[in-house]
Parts: sequence; structure tokens; C-alpha cells
Amino acid sequence: MRFINVIKVALRALRRSAMRSILTALGIIIGVAAVIAMVSIGNGAKSQVEASIASLGQNIISVFPGSATTGGMHGGWGSASSLTVDEALSIRREISGIVAVSPEMRDRQQVLANGLNWNSSVNGEDVTYLDIRLWTIAEGEMFTEADVNSAAKVCVIGQTVVAKLFPDGDPVGRSLRIRNLPFKVVGVLKAKGFNYFGSDQDDVVIIPYTSHLKRIARRPNLNSIIIQAESPDQMTRIQQDVTDFLQQRRNGRDPDFTVRNQQELAEAATATTKTMTVLLGAIAGVSLIVGGIGIMNIMLVSVTERTREIGIRLAVGAHGRDVLTQFLVEAIILSVMGGTLGILLGVGSSQLISRLNGWPVLISTSAIFGAVAFSAAIGVFFGFYPARKAAQLDPIEALRYE
Amino acid sequence: MSHVVQLEDIHKTYESGEVPVLAVRGVTLTIAGGEFVAIMGASGSGKSTLMNLLGCLDRPTRGRYLLGGTDVSNLDRNELADLRNQKLGFIFQGFNLLSRTTALENVELPMLYGRRHFSTREVRERARQSLDIVGLSNRADHFPSQLSGGQQQRVAIARALINEPQILLADEPTGNLDSKTSVEIMGVFQKLNAQGITVVMVTHELDIAHYCKRNLIMRDGRLVSDTPVVDRLVATEQMQRIVTAETDAKLIA
Ligand SMILES: Nc1ncnc2c1ncn2[C@@H]1O[C@H](COP(=O)(O)OP(=O)(O)OP(=O)(O)O)[C@@H](O)[C@H]1O
Ligand SMILES: [Mg+2]
Repeated sequence: MRFINVIKVALRALRRSAMRSILTALGIIIGVAAVIAMVSIGNGAKSQVEASIASLGQNIISVFPGSATTGGMHGGWGSASSLTVDEALSIRREISGIVAVSPEMRDRQQVLANGLNWNSSVNGEDVTYLDIRLWTIAEGEMFTEADVNSAAKVCVIGQTVVAKLFPDGDPVGRSLRIRNLPFKVVGVLKAKGFNYFGSDQDDVVIIPYTSHLKRIARRPNLNSIIIQAESPDQMTRIQQDVTDFLQQRRNGRDPDFTVRNQQELAEAATATTKTMTVLLGAIAGVSLIVGGIGIMNIMLVSVTERTREIGIRLAVGAHGRDVLTQFLVEAIILSVMGGTLGILLGVGSSQLISRLNGWPVLISTSAIFGAVAFSAAIGVFFGFYPARKAAQLDPIEALRYE
Repeated sequence: MSHVVQLEDIHKTYESGEVPVLAVRGVTLTIAGGEFVAIMGASGSGKSTLMNLLGCLDRPTRGRYLLGGTDVSNLDRNELADLRNQKLGFIFQGFNLLSRTTALENVELPMLYGRRHFSTREVRERARQSLDIVGLSNRADHFPSQLSGGQQQRVAIARALINEPQILLADEPTGNLDSKTSVEIMGVFQKLNAQGITVVMVTHELDIAHYCKRNLIMRDGRLVSDTPVVDRLVATEQMQRIVTAETDAKLIA
């Protein structure tokens, strides 16, 4: 029989029991839609994490005080911090392939202005900090190297601080007080939003690290050193050089510092979302298999129910293969139709979820192709057994069947 | 004329039950092209079994069956299917139409499984012609459930005719029809037979057998009588008579 006829016959048969066909396909529709929606949500979350990691800056290596504990990024934080400004500057001088180094001192402080007060993160940084973090000034400008050298009482502030302390705007040129010291606002940062860990990156007052160490923290040691490499392929080498350099300075004492590169951070962060995506996809995949079994069940019932029909077809000259392909094609049409509707439903519901919850959703084409291929495979796999059963019937036995 | 059907000592034993049933036991028979044969006999005498064997729907337990000169017993499943499709037209005792499928689509069915490929248009065309022969072209789009018994029987005949078979096999084609419709059906058969198609049919009714040219009688799986029909009835004449009788009845009433 010509293939076009096989399809025609299969479509006729499906149309004859339209309601049942739709209900059968529903299993696949929901399965495919679930896979696509779940994977899309998972991918969206992953891409958001990646974006927020990237927003930390490019090719960043961080040095933290305290030795590494497995998985902990700030292992030994709060233990006597041993990183010094001198070390930071030496790294800049001695190790090649480095674009910028920013010694860093962070602290939460009560900040006052206009009779308002606000607890904010006060970060002591170098002038290069904004370039490293791919951050730009919205109004005014960044403090200068001269300000750093002289430990000047100047600051640039994030948008949240502007909103809390200068509600009527125009903070540039005005002052705020940290630990009762007046700091002049020289610039306002562009909004950066929340980072991966959920903290507000705009809730920040950036001052020269020298000013922080001298006037706020009043101690010589740093919270961390941020290093920016020239290119990604130098990261590993620089990481090693920094480690060796600091180790050498400690004369073989136990390392009391940790060198992390951004890659590791990114990997750790995306690993969680990857696990989530796989998990969601797997749960949805199970529903696809259940849908497939539904198809097999219906095809089996259909073979028994249509035994006479099969007998008639065989009697008028159908080969076993014709009957086999007919039932197989019916199963495949059911599952591919279900797959197609499932894609529409999956993409639609992903968009809806994204719209309603504001979750980022990334429709994955591989999930779409995968779901379609899988649903066709389900058609073949679960359709084959009933189809073969039908094809092997004896014409006269089948006709006698009541 | 050449022998289209040649049975040599055909046996069929059903082994399905506890006791084997000898449904056909030693039938030897030749049917020439253009014959019109009625097979009669008591219920259970093996008529349907013999018809199924003739129609290549079933295989004999023993014996040789030559169809148009070829030995059918050596053919495989698919070759038998092709024979049923091309050379034989089978009309079942219970119509065996596909339900929820239009008359036209039912008639098309054997063409879909043919060796030669036809366009959808051709298939449609031929199916209409076939329905025309049995006088049912105005009901092409009706489903079997919307047709009377006689009309369903005619759809079944049209289906058997569509691939222009050499032999038409009909198992009790008038079994559940009233006498007028039966005569109509016999008229169709006589017309087809006149065109050269060999017709073999099973019937219980003696008067129906009188429309044929040759009568066979079976008893307990054997052929016990083989006689030519002398005073053969012509369906068109009988039809005339029935119509007149009906009008008379109405005039009197
Ligand atoms: N599939 C089967 N399995 C076992 N025995 C069968 C089978 N089909 C028919 N028989 C038996 O074979 C014998 C012949 O049956 P068959 O159907 O040929 O009779 P028939 O002459 O067509 O009868 P009727 O006039 O009632 O249709 C019967 O005794 C019947 O019980
Ligand atoms: Mg019978």
C-alpha cells in the first residue's frame, strides 16, 4: 500500500474515535508541555545566575584571608585577616598578565545624611574597582588616585543609598557621615540590581580603601584582594602565581589565604541550578513515559476492539505489514500530534509563568527537539507491540471474533 | 472453457475443540469460467468452510486446490492476500462492512491494498462505478448503519467487484433479506455472470438456487449432488411479477 494511503487510513481511523484520540494524546501533550516548561524555567534560572556571575566582572581572581574549607567561599572569615595592602600592591607589580588589582575592605556601617540614617555596606576600594566590576558612574565621577593616596573623605554611592538618604535627588557635591566623619559624595553609580546571593548591589557606599583602613576599620589588613586578569586563559596561571607569591611571603607557614577564580564561583553557582533543571526535566520525563503507556493501552484496546476491522482488511487483500504500519502510523500520529500541541502548550505556559511570576524563562530548542523526538519514539515503541499483534491475526479468526 | 477452480480431495478438520471436527471431508470439484454455482445443504454441512477455502481465507488440511491453474497450497500469507485482492471477490454472510466508514470508502478498501497504485481520484471514480453497478451510487456517503440490509449487501457486492475479480464468492448473500430484495440481488449476480464473471454462492433457499446454472448439495462435509438447473429463473422477469402482485394487492385493499 502506498504510504499516503496508510496515513489516510490511519487518520480516518483516528477521526472515527476523535474523542478517544484526543484523550490519548492528552497524556503526551501534558508530558511534552511539562518537559518544555520545566527545562525552560530551569534554563532561565541558570542563565540568570550566569548573568549575575558575569556582572561581578570579567576574569576575576579573588584572594580571601583564611584557608579554604571545602565548598566554603569565605572559609575562616573573621579569623585574623592577614592580607595586606603591601601584598596587593606587590602582586600588581610582580605578576604579569594582570590588568588591575583592587585591595578591598568591606564593612557595614550606619550612614547619615539629611537627618536620615541608613545601614549600608561601606566598601573601601581602589579607583580601578568600577572597571573591574564593569560598573559605571551615572552622575558626577569616580574618586581619583590622588584621593586614594591621600585617604580622602570622598565617596561614590549606589542608587539605593541615594533613595534612602537623598530622597529629593542631587546628592553629588553634598556630604554624608560615616562614623561621624563627613564624606563628600563625588559620584552616583548606575543601578546594578541584586546579585546571585540576593543582596542589593546598589546598597553601597564606595570610598578609597586607604580611607577605609585609616578612618573606618582602623586596622592594616584587608578583607580581600580583587585581581583582574588580561584574558581567561591566563586565569589558572595567575591564580597559581598569586598563590606561590603569597606562600613565599609566609615562609612556609600554613597558608592563611584562599585564592579563588570566578570560574569556580560560577561553576558552583550554576551546578545547583543545573541539578534543579535535570530534576525538573526528569519528573516531567516520567509524565511523558506515562503518556506513552497511555498510548500503548489505547492501541491495545483498539486492536482488540477492531479485530473484525483487521479481519476485513486482511480478507480483502491487506498484507500483515499494511496492518502493522497502519497501527504504527496511528500511534505515531497520536504522539506527534500530542507532541506538537505539547510544544505549543509548553512554550505558552512558560511565557505565562514568566509573565506572571517574573521568572526568567529560556525556551530551549534542544528541549523542543528532544520532546518531539521522544514523543515520536514513544509512538513507535508503545505502538509496535499492539500493531504487531494486529498484523499477525489470522483473517478468518479475526472475522469470526465477536 | 478452462477450469478456474479445481478441488482435489479437499479436507478441512478443525482441531480447536476437544474433538476434532471434520467440517469438509473429501470434496473434489471443478468449476469452469462463466459458471454460476449454488451450494446448498443443511446447517453445519460445511458450506461456509468450503467457501472460505475457495476464497483463500483458510487453508485445507489435506488436498489440492488449483485456482486458475496455480496450486494455492504452496502460497504464503502475502501471496494469498494478493490472490484475494486481485482474483477473488468475497461476499460474507454478515456483510462485514467497516462501520462508521462511508459506503464509498468501504468499496474503495480493496483498491488501497492492490499491487497497482491508483491516484485518489481514480480510486474514487472506480468505487463510484462499482456502486453504480449495484444501483447504489446515490448512497455513496451513507454509513452502513444508515443503510438497509439489502443496501449493505449491495455495498459488500460493490466492494467485491471493485478489483474486477474473475470469481465472485458469496456466502448466503440473501440469507437475511426479504424475497423482493433477494431477487434484486440475484438480478445483480445474473448481470455480472452474463458479463463473464464466475459466481459461486451458498444458499439455503431452493428458489434462490433456481437463479443459478448449477446446484451442488453438501451433506456432512461431502458433495452429494451436482445437477444443472433446467428451468432457470430470470431475475428481471421475477421482479416484474412481484411488482405486479404488489400493485394488485394494493388495488384490492
Ligand atoms: N472455527 C471452527 N472451529 C471448530 N469447528 C468449526 C469452526 N467453524 C466451523 N466449525 C464446524 O464445522 C462444521 C461446518 O461448519 P460450517 O460453518 O462450514 O457450516 P455451514 O454449512 O456453513 O452451516 P450454516 O448453514 O449454518 O452456515 C460445523 O459442524 C461447525 O460446528
Ligand atoms: Mg455458513
